[in-house]
Amino acid sequence: MVAIPAVTRDPMTRNRTAVWLLGVAVVMTVLQYSGVLPAWLHRIPDAMIPPFAIWLDAFFNFVKDDLGLLKFTRFLTAGLENVLDTSGNIFYGKRRWPNLGPIPWTAIAAVAAVIGYYLGGWRLALLAGGTFVWTALIGQWKIAMETMSVVVVAAPLAFVIGLSLGIAAWKYTWVDKAMKPVLSVLQTLPFFTYLLPAVIFFKVGPTAGAVATTIYAIPPMILMTTLGLQKVSPEVVEAGKMSGCSKFQMLRHVYIPSARTEILVGVNQVIMLCLAMVVLTAFIGMPGLGAKLLAMMGSFKLGRSFEIGVTIVLLAVTLDRMSKAWVVKQPEHFEKGTSWVNRHKTLVLAVAVFIGFILLAQVLPIASEIGRGQDFSKGKELDNLIKGFLAIDLVQSITYGIRYFLNVWILNPFRDFMLSIPIPAMIMVVVAFSVWLGGKREGVIAAIFFGLVALSGWWDRSMITLYSVLAAVSIAMLIGIPIGILAARSDRWSRRVLLACDTAQTFPSFIYLIPAIMLFGITATAVVGSILIFAMVPLTRYTIEGLRTVPPEMTEAADMAGATRMQKLVNVELPLALPTMAVGFNQAIMFAFFMVIIAAFIGTQDLGQELQRTLAGTDLGKNFVLGICVSLMALTFDLVIMKWAADKKKALGLP
Amino acid sequence: MSTERPVISCKNVWKLFGANPERYLAKMSSDMSFDDMREDGYIAGVKDVSLDVFKGEMLVIMGLSGSGKSTLVRCFSRLHEITGGTIEVDGQDIMSLAEKDLIDLRRSKMGMVFQSFGLLPHRSVLDNVAFPLEMRGQDKHTRRARALEVIKLVGLEGREDYFPRELSGGQQQRVGIARSLAIEPDIWFLDEPFSALDPLIRREMQDEFLRLQQLLNKTIVFITHDFDEALRLADRIAIMKDGAVEQCDTPDQIVLHPATEYVRKFTEDIDKARVVHAGVLAKPDQTGKGDPVDAGMTVHKLARILVNDKRDFIPVSRDGVSIGAMSRADALDILLGAE
Repeated sequence: MVAIPAVTRDPMTRNRTAVWLLGVAVVMTVLQYSGVLPAWLHRIPDAMIPPFAIWLDAFFNFVKDDLGLLKFTRFLTAGLENVLDTSGNIFYGKRRWPNLGPIPWTAIAAVAAVIGYYLGGWRLALLAGGTFVWTALIGQWKIAMETMSVVVVAAPLAFVIGLSLGIAAWKYTWVDKAMKPVLSVLQTLPFFTYLLPAVIFFKVGPTAGAVATTIYAIPPMILMTTLGLQKVSPEVVEAGKMSGCSKFQMLRHVYIPSARTEILVGVNQVIMLCLAMVVLTAFIGMPGLGAKLLAMMGSFKLGRSFEIGVTIVLLAVTLDRMSKAWVVKQPEHFEKGTSWVNRHKTLVLAVAVFIGFILLAQVLPIASEIGRGQDFSKGKELDNLIKGFLAIDLVQSITYGIRYFLNVWILNPFRDFMLSIPIPAMIMVVVAFSVWLGGKREGVIAAIFFGLVALSGWWDRSMITLYSVLAAVSIAMLIGIPIGILAARSDRWSRRVLLACDTAQTFPSFIYLIPAIMLFGITATAVVGSILIFAMVPLTRYTIEGLRTVPPEMTEAADMAGATRMQKLVNVELPLALPTMAVGFNQAIMFAFFMVIIAAFIGTQDLGQELQRTLAGTDLGKNFVLGICVSLMALTFDLVIMKWAADKKKALGLP
Repeated sequence: MSTERPVISCKNVWKLFGANPERYLAKMSSDMSFDDMREDGYIAGVKDVSLDVFKGEMLVIMGLSGSGKSTLVRCFSRLHEITGGTIEVDGQDIMSLAEKDLIDLRRSKMGMVFQSFGLLPHRSVLDNVAFPLEMRGQDKHTRRARALEVIKLVGLEGREDYFPRELSGGQQQRVGIARSLAIEPDIWFLDEPFSALDPLIRREMQDEFLRLQQLLNKTIVFITHDFDEALRLADRIAIMKDGAVEQCDTPDQIVLHPATEYVRKFTEDIDKARVVHAGVLAKPDQTGKGDPVDAGMTVHKLARILVNDKRDFIPVSRDGVSIGAMSRADALDILLGAE
């Protein structure tokens, strides 16, 4: 018999603590509203706020100048700049060594198609070739290649660094322990916080963009490497040892090849994150698709924005599908007597089409470059079309209606209410929530984290950020979860919706701004709208996954007990799916925190806005304080929800 | 039993798993049981084992899962560091070897076959088999030649370019066997090599294995949880329980004279007549009359003679030399399963 572990912490006392805290918070808020709460309890007086930004600035200056870090990074910059110049020359003909480029677009598209065919057959060949043909024909070849020339440098760099750190973390426990907290902070840090240090240490433009992109893409590579190495079967390891491998041979011939799948999944994530980030580096002056999109959206040219959006999405889907096909591609043997050419068919074919199209480009200029006026861009027409559609009375009254209803009846009151709550009361509410869901430890951590936010002096802006996140995620839940529940009812729809979610998740987050701006213009509703679409994806996805993985014997038991469909859903399926759905909810919150910062571009009054402002200057201290505020709030949610999901899973005996 | 020096000799070997096994072992009282240790947070993987393995012998270590048999064999090759005692291989204390010498020992003398094969998924059959040769730095040509040789030996000719994933379980284990034989090891460890295979294939692989052993005559440590397999293959069987060796003897002696209640339970359902040989039953102080029977025959094979013959004592000879005579009544008892 397996002993049933005794419940050590009585949930009743946990609940009571939570209710108690909540009660005090309510009393304080009521006092605030009746005007008897002293002002220093509502907001921390300015005089009491420690000047973190100044301290941090002093620290950064010390590291930068006195320790000579700046000299060192500028030295690295020079090296990186050379590499970027080279890739720039090859991809879009930047006038630098080796002065070979640009490669004709037909050659790149053809090679992409051949690689696509090798990895995943005709469909992938069509997708890969088609993406590049579209990019060229729509007249975005140069900006797309500007973007790609950074990705091809940043992705391998992130891969190598991530792999090395992953191996180190797997080999030495202390490295792992030291890296874990840094990684979780890095993964919740808003991207603006990556950008400014990159600019200060690595100069504006492609170099800083490449550095920020690389750093941003490293964490998942580390995690996947460590995971893969830990999963190598002990017998394979022993077989290696018994074959007389030295330590290096073990790593090179046994561990790394056996962890191939996880490492390649890491590569997939590196590529996708690189693409997502490189688009965002437009904010620090990186030329390319992102910069163009930013400019077009800024001047409300919806048609061109839409076209660039399609290009970015196509590139993302192509890169994602190709790298995923590589993950599942297993080695296969050739029949005896297969000739060298047949064994290396892909390579031969790729080289052949590459040379073929380069030669063709010499005689046929259109195969080399699509000039101005030759492209098929319908930006203006599309723009008129979209604007015309939006100007239709019915459409206008609907979008206006939604905007009005959301703003006046939901968003603004909610925001004002959150801002009116006294700081201690708000912290108590968060702690109550953490204690109730997570436990004592989570409660303490939440108190510390939100306490730090209060002390940062950016409380009001933090609350606006939090309000946007909560408002958007709540609405996303109202829409996303029912969609998930409906889709989960049939196999076919589950598959379709999951595929749509998968695809949507590969889109760089910047893309989500386009439909929001199209529908709601540059307003607060557009901010919530963009977060909403972005956050809905994980909610729907995990709802379906949670419901679909309910063990069939349990639903069968419910059927045999005579439950109606609704009873089955409420009493059996949803409770069992809840831990998985919580993971989706957590991801939605993380995504929302990420998106709300990008939405600063539309115009918000939250931390993102302040962060974006710091990019213009050299306010590294303030930038960091703001970034950490976002990170601390996101981490609190992450910790509490994941703890709850893990506890619940354990209690339900789910894997 | 042979009087020459054993190939593997282990004395009072301990392997404890836990927080600080060395210190625990040093201050532990000698009569601690497996469960006592577990209460203190330590698991005795190997508990005070002394064993010798002789040249050309096949020692089968038999035990149920968790009995420590796999741990013990991993101590022999120092895949596990032992907590106490000594293990000598060819007279050399392996615990004192430096890492480089240990690698040399494995590269030149030891081969091992694993339960779930332990093949490298990214390498073809040929490259898997050649892997140990590659590790010790042999050039491509000779290692290919040698690998093809062993692939042929295990009957996988023509599948050199296949990848493990493209082979059946039985074929994969043949690759594992070929790999372990590639370096021509003196000592061959097999850790439940056939347990992951289905019964028909298992039988076939056992026959194949016996054929190989006749050909190669290696010193073998074979691990199994299957008592029938142990009886079928072994020169000697060591039966383990809770990390300790309950009995180590020839199959005949184990079924005839189980040392402990635990061992007796295993032998209960065994058809002893198929295990016990005439040579074991022969008493040297007796001489029978008439034609002798061969010492290597099992009682089962002698059934007809035992039933029809009228002699009380039947002479037994080995290689034409008389070694005594067996009592027909004793042999009949075994044949009829009388206790």
